[in-house]
Amino acid sequence: MGLAAAGTLVVATGCGAADMTKQSSPYANAQGAKTVTLSVQSWVGAQANIAVAEYLLKHELGYRVDTVQVDEVPAWDALSQGRVDAIMEDWGHPDQEQRYVKDKKTIVNGGDLGVTGHIGWFVPTYFAKQHPDVTDWKNLNKYASQLRTAESGGKGQLLDGSPSYVTNDKALVNNLKLKYQVVFSGSEAAQITQIKQFAKAKKPFLTYWYQPQWLFKKVPMTEVKLPAYKDGCDADPKKVACAYPKTPLQKYLNADFSKNGGKAAAFLKNFKWTTEDQNEVSLLIADKKLSPDEAAKKWIDEHESTWRSWLPK
Amino acid sequence: MAAASTATAPAADTPRFGALLRNRVLGKLLLLAVVAAVLVPIVHAKWASGSWPHALTVDLTGPLGKTSDWIIDNRDSHPLFLYFFGHISNAVVVSVRGVYLVLLAAGWAGVTAAAGLIAWRVAGLKLAASAVAAILVCGWFGMWVPTMQTLALMVVAVLASVVLGMLLGLAAGLSDRTYRALRPVLDTMQVFPAYAYLLPVVLVFGIGVPAAVLATVVYAAPPMARLTALGLRGADGGVMEAVASLGATARQRLLTARLPLARKQLLLGLNQTIMMALSMAVIASVIGAGGLGDRVYQALASVDVGAALAAGIPIVLLAVILDRTTAAAGERLGAAEPDGRRLHGGYGWVVAGILTVVAALVARLADRIDWPETWTVNIADPVNNAVDWMTDHLYSGVPYIGGTADWAGHFTTWVLDPLRDGLQWLPWWSVLLIVAALAWLIGTWRTALTAVLAMAAIGVLGVWKPSLDTLSQVLAAVAVTLVVGFAVGIAAARSGRLERLLRPVLDVFQTMPQFVYLIPVVALFGVGRAPAVAAAVVYALPAVIRITTQGLRQVDAAALESARSMGATSGQQLRQVQLPLARPALLLAVNQGVVLVLAVVIIGGLVGGGALGYEVVFGLAQGDLATGLVGGAAIVCLGLMLDRVTQPTERRAKKGA
Repeated sequence: MGLAAAGTLVVATGCGAADMTKQSSPYANAQGAKTVTLSVQSWVGAQANIAVAEYLLKHELGYRVDTVQVDEVPAWDALSQGRVDAIMEDWGHPDQEQRYVKDKKTIVNGGDLGVTGHIGWFVPTYFAKQHPDVTDWKNLNKYASQLRTAESGGKGQLLDGSPSYVTNDKALVNNLKLKYQVVFSGSEAAQITQIKQFAKAKKPFLTYWYQPQWLFKKVPMTEVKLPAYKDGCDADPKKVACAYPKTPLQKYLNADFSKNGGKAAAFLKNFKWTTEDQNEVSLLIADKKLSPDEAAKKWIDEHESTWRSWLPK
Repeated sequence: MAAASTATAPAADTPRFGALLRNRVLGKLLLLAVVAAVLVPIVHAKWASGSWPHALTVDLTGPLGKTSDWIIDNRDSHPLFLYFFGHISNAVVVSVRGVYLVLLAAGWAGVTAAAGLIAWRVAGLKLAASAVAAILVCGWFGMWVPTMQTLALMVVAVLASVVLGMLLGLAAGLSDRTYRALRPVLDTMQVFPAYAYLLPVVLVFGIGVPAAVLATVVYAAPPMARLTALGLRGADGGVMEAVASLGATARQRLLTARLPLARKQLLLGLNQTIMMALSMAVIASVIGAGGLGDRVYQALASVDVGAALAAGIPIVLLAVILDRTTAAAGERLGAAEPDGRRLHGGYGWVVAGILTVVAALVARLADRIDWPETWTVNIADPVNNAVDWMTDHLYSGVPYIGGTADWAGHFTTWVLDPLRDGLQWLPWWSVLLIVAALAWLIGTWRTALTAVLAMAAIGVLGVWKPSLDTLSQVLAAVAVTLVVGFAVGIAAARSGRLERLLRPVLDVFQTMPQFVYLIPVVALFGVGRAPAVAAAVVYALPAVIRITTQGLRQVDAAALESARSMGATSGQQLRQVQLPLARPALLLAVNQGVVLVLAVVIIGGLVGGGALGYEVVFGLAQGDLATGLVGGAAIVCLGLMLDRVTQPTERRAKKGA
């Protein structure tokens, strides 16, 4: 079909080049409204950023906002093509940065989000209180039998999350000689649902998890100490035997949008809040089941001094 | 092995084994055994490993990784992209945008009026009322804009699929050679799980609407092509001869006789295309298609089943309305034009058009062009409460029967684990032998050859173990689906009331986006392979129930009557008359069950199903072409193998699409 349609179009527009890396979404800028397209990642923290940004863009700056849910790596690609204008929370993708920011210069860094991210292994606090030594990786093998599930076979279960997340867990289990099976839950939604079920039954579990995260307020969890992180200890994905780093989360903007995006671009670059702020909104969305829009409004009503400074003059 | 079964196939018909050959089944098995006896020792001596030998694999990681890099680096400069893909992509963007702007300009009043009037023109008043109600519900749930985005995308994708499908169908309908060449291609396209299209299109077109539309077209065009060809080939010989004798040219014959005669098939094709496109619209949200599918997907990220349902219900409504309307149009064709109540021909359409414009203008004048925000209702809370209650009370600790989590654990330990371990323990050549035997017994030597080659391809791709893991999940899910499906199907065939009761339920399960199930199945069964199996069963069950019911209903009434007159009890009637006579339908149900279960395998990757589904999801999420494509290709091969192994020879004639 594409052929037929493209054929007619070629006739209609002459036979010029059509650079599809410069085509925006067909839903953008409809009815004469200025539209900003933001990419939402699958975790709730990312939704919280977007909800607040969307609300302010709409009500304070008069933009229409489109959101698209895309996984992290494809989102970089979409950003470079201008299909989305900004990523509000990036957890560190050195390969993509090299390709798009440094080489192709189609994406620019939009500054710190103000939130620091950290990935680690966690056990529920009720379990850590009963067995304080479980919080050191050296003792994990002792607890393998308690952490067994049908899915992990004879070993303990280490619950991992979405395939889009940064993880070294398979290598870690291997290199630290742990009697554990990494079970990939395939999506964060599935992982959260499972954690909640475990917590309700007060069952012990071991999971890959990250901060900032609203779920800590619902299910208190304690981090398991892994061998300390040193610069470069995770350079070879097969030989990793150390903890995950702490990452100051970054914003990224499409280069054209950054230059010509006017107030919206300036606003998104100024956007900077704290882990507590983000968690507050996340909890409203994910636990109190407020719509992202309502959650954002609630936070915005209470924190005017914070967001006033983001608005471009 | 594969080659050997080809070579020996004709021998099955020669009377070399005398009496034995009267029994074709035994003959085939014996031949296969002879072949195996010769080949296996050789193969075993050379590659004695249990799982697929490493020496026989091809590693595609390097070349695929390079391809992906090349595309990304050249997408904004190479002529192939600038002058070919760029225009395609542009055309899609322009058309979708055009339709979207028209829909927005019409406003909710205009769109609702248009939907009602079109349904009234083609299908009558009753459906017009349902269409209006459905569209209003979409707005009422606060989904107006996403619904319009999905509609815009659907209109373009369906039009494109129909054009492409008709062109292919015309070629196949007019030339025998094209028909023969095209048939296996279309067959294969239909066993493809929709997800497998996503990665390659995303790589070329990037995230967003163009990729989504193209993936949808690839998925939805085959039924149109197939039914067009079927319609053209089935044209009544007498009529064609009469037209030819009148001296009509080939083009005239096509336009005045063949195409009009094939109208029914064409409409059925349109109907199938719309349904497939809609189911793809949701899956395409994974690659940024926007619209309703994206809302479902975003709701899941915050584990909000209620919100997912609020976006899922409009999809179900759109699907049901479009399905009923096109089906009704098909039934009306050929029937005499009812008088009086309906306006005739073009005049009626003009009236419909004018009414639509009036409705749109009235809304515009009243300054109510967008759906009013106060006219929305929140269904998310009650739904979430219901889900919470279910998981609180059913997950574990139910007295006597145990909770759903316990069942899932038992199912994993007692069914899935042994099945997987067993399959993975089998020497690789014996797996091929089993596949060959099954496919040959049920089908022909051709289907057996395809099945064996597909299975071998999985080994060559280097994903033998995960594929067998997936296979074990598919087998378990199919078994459950068939047991439940046959039982319910038999019950529905015997009670018209139950069938009527089931119909809307089945409609909903068939059209509800699969993403909506994900949270409930995890909440009930925990993370792992068990919820993946559960999701697959839910998805495949409606088709199996429907086919079973229909098959049993169509059993010759005279045969049943004579059984009854001979005093057979109702159980005897069922076992000795109905079930044997409905055998072709039951076989088709098995085949469809397998294909549909496999389609959910990737979704299973999202709830901890692991294996191939996870690899495809991983490939998409990480932009890793090598992992994703190889996983997708393996699923396609598994699909081909399973389809051929369960393919009753009658299927082609029966399935049509």
